[in-house]
Amino acid sequence: MTKPILSVRNICKSFNKKEILSNLSFDVQKGEIKVLIGPSGGGKSSLLQCLNFLIFADSGEISFKGNSINPKKPTELRKYRQQVGMIFQDFNLFEHLTALENVTIALRKVRKFTKKEATERALKELTLVGLQDKTDHYPAQLSGGQKQRVSIARALAMDPTILLLDEPTSALDPELVNEVLQVIKKLADNGMTMIMATHQMDFAQNIAHEILFIENGTIIEQGSPKELLCESQKLSRTYSFCSALGIHTGEK
Amino acid sequence: MEELFLSFMNALVIGVPKFFFPQIDPFYTEELLPLLNIGLYNSILLIIPSASIGFILGAILGSLQTYANPVVAKTATIYSQIFRGTPLVLQLLIIYFGLPAFNIVLSPYFAAVIGFTLCTSAYQAEYIRGALVSIKKEQTLAAYALGFSKFATIKNIILPQALRRALPGCGNEIIYLIKYSSLAYVVTFYELTGNGKKIASLTFRVLDSYFILALYYLFLVSIATLLLHYLEKNILSQQ
Ligand SMILES: Nc1ncnc2c1ncn2[C@@H]1O[C@H](COP(=O)(O)OP(=O)(O)O)[C@@H](O)[C@H]1O
Ligand SMILES: [Mg+2]
Repeated sequence: MTKPILSVRNICKSFNKKEILSNLSFDVQKGEIKVLIGPSGGGKSSLLQCLNFLIFADSGEISFKGNSINPKKPTELRKYRQQVGMIFQDFNLFEHLTALENVTIALRKVRKFTKKEATERALKELTLVGLQDKTDHYPAQLSGGQKQRVSIARALAMDPTILLLDEPTSALDPELVNEVLQVIKKLADNGMTMIMATHQMDFAQNIAHEILFIENGTIIEQGSPKELLCESQKLSRTYSFCSALGIHTGEK
Repeated sequence: MEELFLSFMNALVIGVPKFFFPQIDPFYTEELLPLLNIGLYNSILLIIPSASIGFILGAILGSLQTYANPVVAKTATIYSQIFRGTPLVLQLLIIYFGLPAFNIVLSPYFAAVIGFTLCTSAYQAEYIRGALVSIKKEQTLAAYALGFSKFATIKNIILPQALRRALPGCGNEIIYLIKYSSLAYVVTFYELTGNGKKIASLTFRVLDSYFILALYYLFLVSIATLLLHYLEKNILSQQ
């Protein structure tokens, strides 16, 4: 195997003495898609937030392209975060900015693009997610699915090396889930490296290279969708979790 | 500027009534209104810099209270407590009559502007602080995730949203400022109220002097309210 793009070693995190991530380690290769599944409260969001230091782990190490990241160095941390896109469950669009401005603001203030360059780039990303005709809308005027697509455009505009997605469709009405999944599928087809927490098992099976089943802050099982979800693996924790959710599983 | 303003106001409140009512009491047209117009000009000279600098200072103080390190935040909070916790008259008296003891001698105008600015900034800081803490922390996380620094996040993401929320309160404070600018007479700066008092006591026409003086404030406050409503509509409607 080649050198991993992201390497996570022995991440531990406690809140109020309660351990919510215990000694997690894994590697992510370039172009790889890892899917995090597991029960609510298992630690998926905390793990993703530790990966770009929105939460500081108590111990452990995160290396990006072979360099260990020191979050105490603000410049180094910001440089790293620019290369790690984050998609939140609740979109977290900037409420006071239009769809276009949501995408341009980081280009202008962080990457120091001129207004014209930023606008061109933002339009390109908004077109990619199918929102070229909504550029002047404020978040309050957009549907959940549209908001999430803007937030994907916002992340993509930073040219991230890897995308972290925290249940990107679980705050959406069922009929809006697909439009967001389609965009994510498009990114997957283009070879984007991703770590995604989701309950959309059909979709996960479809795009994941590896599934990590996370419960009580540890990786209980990991493997390809085939290894974890085919009929012959009825005893796997992942399989029973998915059946309990009433999700159709099986070899594809 | 002053001449232009005075000729406009004199034409408006003296010329026009005189044209329609040639018999009007000359006390109004020759004494009261000309002096009140000068007072109005002086009041505006006080209010505009005090309100704008006070607002900016308040935004900085409110941000420090919310985001600075504990020592600076506490200092900003104490500042705000002191200026909100003591009478403005006393603050003005100390600035104008007290500071010369430290060899700081201010003109009546500057003493008044400084007093009003400091006082109003303390109130503005409270409105801004309240609005800042009301912005969801997810907005900050989203900005950090894009590589924003803490300062850039506050400046570009949090403050713009907070200012929109704070605007109604901040506007109210500006209306208060218009009214308490009448205290400038205690540092011998003669604005609207100072001039009104002067005329009233010289001519003993107390009731009509003060009544018309009140109309002047109503006029000022109405204009400020209109401007603030316009601002609110145009900024707040964006959400
Ligand atoms: N800021 C926090 N303070 C205290 N406990 C937290 C905090 N964030 C998450 N937790 C706890 O950490 C555990 C893992 O939560 P989370 O990472 O959100 O799980 P998941 O995303 O898998 O549902 C939960 O028990 C949650 O209550
Ligand atoms: Mg979660």
